[in-house]
Amino acid sequence: MTKKPIFALETEAVVKLYPSETGTIHAVDDVSLQVKPGEFVALVGPSGSGKTTMLSILAALLQPTSGRILLDGQDLAGMNDIERVRLRREKIGFTFQANNLIPYLSAVENVELMLRLNNRLDKAGKMRARELLARLGLAERLNNLPGQMSGGQQQRVAIARALIHNPSLVLADEPTASLDTERAFQVVETFAGLIHEQKRAGIMVTHDLRMCEFVDRVLQMQDGKLVRVYTGRKEVKGLINDKRN
Amino acid sequence: MKQILSLSTYLAVKEILRNRVRFLLVSLVIALITLLVLFIAALGEGLGNGNREYISKLDAQVIVYQSKSDFVIQSSRLGRDRLASIRRVEGVRDAGMLGTANAALILESDPAPLKVALLGVEPGHTGEPQIVSGRQLGTDLADEVIIDRNTALRGQLKLGNSLTLRVTQGTRDEFFDLKIVGITDGQQYSLQPSIFVPFFTWDRIRPKSEAEVDGSTSVANVILVKLDDPSAVEDVSRRLIAQVKNIEFATLDTAINALPGYSAQQSTLNTQGGFTLFIGVLVIGGFFQIQILQKVAQIGVLKAIGTANPIVAWASIIQIVIVTAVGVAIGGLLSFLFSLTFPPTVPIVFNGTTSAIAIVALMLIGPLGGLISIRYAVKIEPLKALGLSS
Repeated sequence: MTKKPIFALETEAVVKLYPSETGTIHAVDDVSLQVKPGEFVALVGPSGSGKTTMLSILAALLQPTSGRILLDGQDLAGMNDIERVRLRREKIGFTFQANNLIPYLSAVENVELMLRLNNRLDKAGKMRARELLARLGLAERLNNLPGQMSGGQQQRVAIARALIHNPSLVLADEPTASLDTERAFQVVETFAGLIHEQKRAGIMVTHDLRMCEFVDRVLQMQDGKLVRVYTGRKEVKGLINDKRN
Repeated sequence: MKQILSLSTYLAVKEILRNRVRFLLVSLVIALITLLVLFIAALGEGLGNGNREYISKLDAQVIVYQSKSDFVIQSSRLGRDRLASIRRVEGVRDAGMLGTANAALILESDPAPLKVALLGVEPGHTGEPQIVSGRQLGTDLADEVIIDRNTALRGQLKLGNSLTLRVTQGTRDEFFDLKIVGITDGQQYSLQPSIFVPFFTWDRIRPKSEAEVDGSTSVANVILVKLDDPSAVEDVSRRLIAQVKNIEFATLDTAINALPGYSAQQSTLNTQGGFTLFIGVLVIGGFFQIQILQKVAQIGVLKAIGTANPIVAWASIIQIVIVTAVGVAIGGLLSFLFSLTFPPTVPIVFNGTTSAIAIVALMLIGPLGGLISIRYAVKIEPLKALGLSS
């Protein structure tokens, strides 16, 4: 019997190199990290630190130059394009900065889309999509098109879509970038709550350290390297307060 | 595959339904292209039909011309002696003389005469059209006439009526009264409605030059030949050439293509139809390419969340097919409604086969025009589309 891995996500010495006129750019340089189910991690760093590249690699959208990425024990590096598409569909949930939703599908249809893609849309799935949206405060907006909703509401629909198919890993790229502070806090708090409750591994890329208030760990990147890890409430709070001061 | 088609159809239909006006506008453009293509096809059919209708309905397989007439009926002259020789050739079941001329039909209902093709045929022989009402022509010299449906319709003529023809013989206008004994279906010749008279009557009443007025020799234009075995055209034709002097022969298809102006007219209309279809390809291709460019981020999201390329491609194809089918259906309906408003003088004929070919061609231009956009959609990189690439 195969032993279930302790970590939902595990990377070992991931490197991503880009050739340039001046030499080689180390977009990601020897990054190793682990995320357990039910753990919400923030990936922070200044612009150009490699956090978006790292997120793209974790999302199976970009092949690393070297290193291993294990998702539920499966190595992403050895997968072909079709297997990676399937992995994204089945095991990963996404929210992006903007243009998250399919504009011609209603809120509930956008969420159900993940179940349709996985050929798992049944009565129970439809019910679960409605319940999840209701929990996110969108019970009255089920049939609204994205264009009829605010940015915060759209992000909440995207969160529901990222979680509806029970993925192992949920990735969020700057999910609060287009929101005001109050809405941003609401969205991240809800997101964190659902990740903890549903025991998913969550990684959020953000440049706004205030949003780290709801995460379990903060991974700080600089020049492609993972330079520091803040673990536990106290250290994370300390990072946030340092930046505020 | 079922899952792919089901998802693609879902995405394609949802997008169309939620953007009805935009897609309907494209369908309307396709409808206008359809209208144009169908009308060009119908005009081609109508004009072609007006030229070839009588010949294409002949119960004959071969037309015999005077040699070196280049298969131009009006240029050919054949006397009765040839008819007898041709009838003696083995494999020939029947042969009949055909004389062609033009005449003006004087109408009580209209001060302007109706120009008709005056065709001389031999009663009871190949060339005489089958009547749909009345009776066939009587004798070779009778003052009788069979008129085609177009002549009856445009001249408001009925069975049993008399009609008056005006022809120029020498320098004088002569008038001849003929009794309508039969009506045949559409038998247009040289883009004119036609009337059929016994051959010798034709020879008496046809337009003549001054020199011909007092002549006594009956000369037809061509001889229409019906074979015992319609598939033995080559064998019988070889015998015809060997046994009858100074003739050349053509099958009905060759004869039709040799009709003055026929090939040029048909190729002009076919070219117009082709160009209209080409414009359709460009219009549809342009619209869907612009649409794909506007949807790059959206397709990027779809791919990032695990939508496979075949689903994206099929969704585009299904959308194009639906939009094209709606456009073609609207265009077809408009064509039908417009066709009801045209008078019989306008040479427009909606032929089932021609219309079906035009509709299939129109249905193909959608996917053809959308090929580039479909390829573009499949090539979209989610990383770039979502702005995640460095």
